Amino acid sequence: MTSSEQTELIVEDRDNESWIAELRLNDSSAIHDLRVKLLRNLRKAFADRPRVDEAFLEDAVQESLLRILEKLDQFTGRSRFMTWATSIAIRIALGELRRSRWKDVSLDEIVSQVGFASEPVASDKTSTADSDQPSILAALQRVIDTELTDKQRQALLAEMKGMPQDEIVRHLGSNRNAFYKLTHDARRKLKIGLENMGFTADDLFAMSTI
Amino acid sequence: MPLSKPEIVELIRLVGLTRDSEINCEQCLALVAEFAEQHLAHKSCADALKSVEHHLSICVECREEYEALRLTLDDLDNEG
Repeated sequence: MTSSEQTELIVEDRDNESWIAELRLNDSSAIHDLRVKLLRNLRKAFADRPRVDEAFLEDAVQESLLRILEKLDQFTGRSRFMTWATSIAIRIALGELRRSRWKDVSLDEIVSQVGFASEPVASDKTSTADSDQPSILAALQRVIDTELTDKQRQALLAEMKGMPQDEIVRHLGSNRNAFYKLTHDARRKLKIGLENMGFTADDLFAMSTI
Repeated sequence: MPLSKPEIVELIRLVGLTRDSEINCEQCLALVAEFAEQHLAHKSCADALKSVEHHLSICVECREEYEALRLTLDDLDNEG
């Protein structure tokens, strides 16, 4: 730890009630101490990550402070205040990292040609010659094609390709909660569709453990 | 750009884990600090936090954020 970091860490310890009370009053000492602690915690969380430098962390902390102050009323007190605040700062910082990696990739580019791999997965046991049941992959493809809306298909497949939710949301003109509902509804349709075609939860589990 | 085999397997895993009722990412964020502290203290997961555990098994981004939080808390804990 450098001497400047040591100096920065000389901050007052507070209990949850003190943090909330002082931050509600926009107390400059509390805001300073929160900034210092968040910066220390983000340094730990992002140690050894590429493309993360002090300027990036400072920006993330600044944005986090604003978000935390906006959300103070949502803190329930069921954890330490700093753990809660750090969870918010980590989401903001990771979100920024993900966006910077994907900012030049379009959703259309990702989903326009998405389909399934042409070769069957080795343990797709339902595709044996003596079975009249379609393979689970063929069934999944059929349910995706027939049951999902275009938006559900785009969102789910883009997510499977690793596109960050915030980027998909930006392309769809939506928000992260609406996106989660969209993909949750899509997964439920796929599950019901597969069950209607005779695939059990055990079949899905077996396929997902290969 | 077809889905690769690992991506297909992951999709099937997610479908298999899907429940009628799930918490979303914002609800997870509101609870994940408590969840992480309970894990750090080796306490069993309270029923109210089971939904967080399930969400983390579904949502790769919330899981990445949780792992970064755990790393931070572990470091702070080791510092005493």
